[in-house]
Amino acid sequence: MKKVFGGPAIVLDRSDINTDEIIPAKYLTEVTKEALQPYILEDLSLGDFDPKGALLKNATVVVSRENFGCGSSREHAPWVFEVNDIHTIIAESYARIFRQNMFNCGMLAIELPKADIEKIIALEARGALQVAVDLPAQTVTVTAGSAQETFSFEISPFDKALVEAGGWVEFADARY
Amino acid sequence: MGQTTAEKIFAAHLRDEPFPGTRVLDIDRVLCHEITTPVAIADLEARGKDRVFDNTRIKAVIDHVTPAKDSKTALQAKMLRDWARRHDIKDFFDVGRNGVCHAIFPEKGYIRPGFTVIMGDSHTCTHGAFGAFAAGVGTTDLEVGMLKGVCAFREPKSIRVNLNGALSNGVYAKDVILYVIGQLGVNGATDRVIEFHGPVVAAMDMDARMTLCNMAIEAGGTSGICQPDMVTVDYLWPFIQGEFASKEAALNEYSTWCADADAAYDKLFDFDISKIGPQCTYNYKPDCVKPVTEMVGTRVDQIYIGSCTNGRIEDLRQAAAILKGRKIADSVRGIVSPATPVIFKQAMDEGVLDIFMDAGFCVTNPTCGACLGMSNGVLAEGEACASTTNRNFAGRMGKGGMVHLMSPASAAAAAITGAITDPRDY
Repeated sequence: MKKVFGGPAIVLDRSDINTDEIIPAKYLTEVTKEALQPYILEDLSLGDFDPKGALLKNATVVVSRENFGCGSSREHAPWVFEVNDIHTIIAESYARIFRQNMFNCGMLAIELPKADIEKIIALEARGALQVAVDLPAQTVTVTAGSAQETFSFEISPFDKALVEAGGWVEFADARY
Repeated sequence: MGQTTAEKIFAAHLRDEPFPGTRVLDIDRVLCHEITTPVAIADLEARGKDRVFDNTRIKAVIDHVTPAKDSKTALQAKMLRDWARRHDIKDFFDVGRNGVCHAIFPEKGYIRPGFTVIMGDSHTCTHGAFGAFAAGVGTTDLEVGMLKGVCAFREPKSIRVNLNGALSNGVYAKDVILYVIGQLGVNGATDRVIEFHGPVVAAMDMDARMTLCNMAIEAGGTSGICQPDMVTVDYLWPFIQGEFASKEAALNEYSTWCADADAAYDKLFDFDISKIGPQCTYNYKPDCVKPVTEMVGTRVDQIYIGSCTNGRIEDLRQAAAILKGRKIADSVRGIVSPATPVIFKQAMDEGVLDIFMDAGFCVTNPTCGACLGMSNGVLAEGEACASTTNRNFAGRMGKGGMVHLMSPASAAAAAITGAITDPRDY
């Protein structure tokens, strides 16, 4: 099923946010994606971040720094975002397996240069962040209060095709 | 222009190139465990595609929480077990015959030079020790692997790491890989294969090479890769002697997977390993690495020896050599988990387990358990563990716990004193 991209964003202002923080291993005993829903980012070490807070609850986009999703191969990490309606992540860089898992689920792991991430984080001071994604044009437009800025991103044709197909199972099943 | 080992393997397994830069490969081994596979099984069932591409190329094991600790883990095991039976997957390892995936699959001879291997487990890079391309993947990649026998990767770029010199006394493969990760950083090898070369690797046995490749992912690497040689052939010989007239013939064939002298690398590192001593981690990232000498005296509450990194027979022997005739400190708990039943029995027959038990260790069955804080040795808040595992993320072995990664010898030394200790003192 195709996903909805963009919407209200939350900034997780740290590098190397790992999969154990996104979804602790003790919840890997669940056998459905939906069961993971309450545990999103439960162990995130980030100042006074509240995993039960309204900001995360309302968000459909996550903005972060370098090496997002490092660590385990657990697809439970993208899934816990998916079942919390967060289908877009914007970061400076990703761990390979996490990034591929996002695209394999038909979700977007957008990479932006450090300077652009800095600009988005700075915009947060102007008001709540709202992100609009134009996948064909490969741009994200970030609005905060009266401020607005548009950023271009690169995405490989394969990853784009996965998002358009709804994921790797759909793509592979049609082709192999 | 010559090719790296990964480039040779990719060329030999290329099924499709749907877009420039994307290589869809035929996969020789699709490995499964009970944590990441059940969701793939359920999804295939829901799609009406409960099939497997080749039940001889799929291997499965229950290893993460075993024997099951509760109803949920029992259900995960049951889903994998029922699926394996339904599809007549002969190489399925259940309670009593099961061990940690990255120890048991190589032990059975399933991994060969030049193979492509995927598993829904990040430490799949371990199998690159055999000169294979082995990558951890998520459940969706695993699912497509199970159904179609293919997986997509970006063009393989490789980092060449030359391990020069020789291991000093008290220094093991674990110290080497911790040092390398400390130098490369946690994302220093992202989207790259780490190809290990040099006299230090050439002198390592397969257990040590697996330890080395196991932690490539901790630098972000897709796979670690060692060059196949006579050590590889000797290890595999019981499984391949019907396929080759002689070990030399096997070596000749396997050597074709070695990187060409003029292969192109994304980066090249030269490390003089003679200069390094025992290493261990501090803080919560695997690239936070210091010489053990700078950490001496750091209190620990638990010692854990086991896992896909360091639960093999050589690891247990190295720890036992230090523990022999000694007792662990009253302030610590020691836990050892031989990684497979074969290793367990070997350690028992050699008297290695006697040494652990006489020292005051608890010997548990083969399982991933404590490494990821799921069972068999979870830490309490505020506790620290000297561990031979692979990840020191905050809360990895239990919420609020601290993990210091180190070699089995260093962990054994820490067990005796109750604090991080230089193993060369014993």
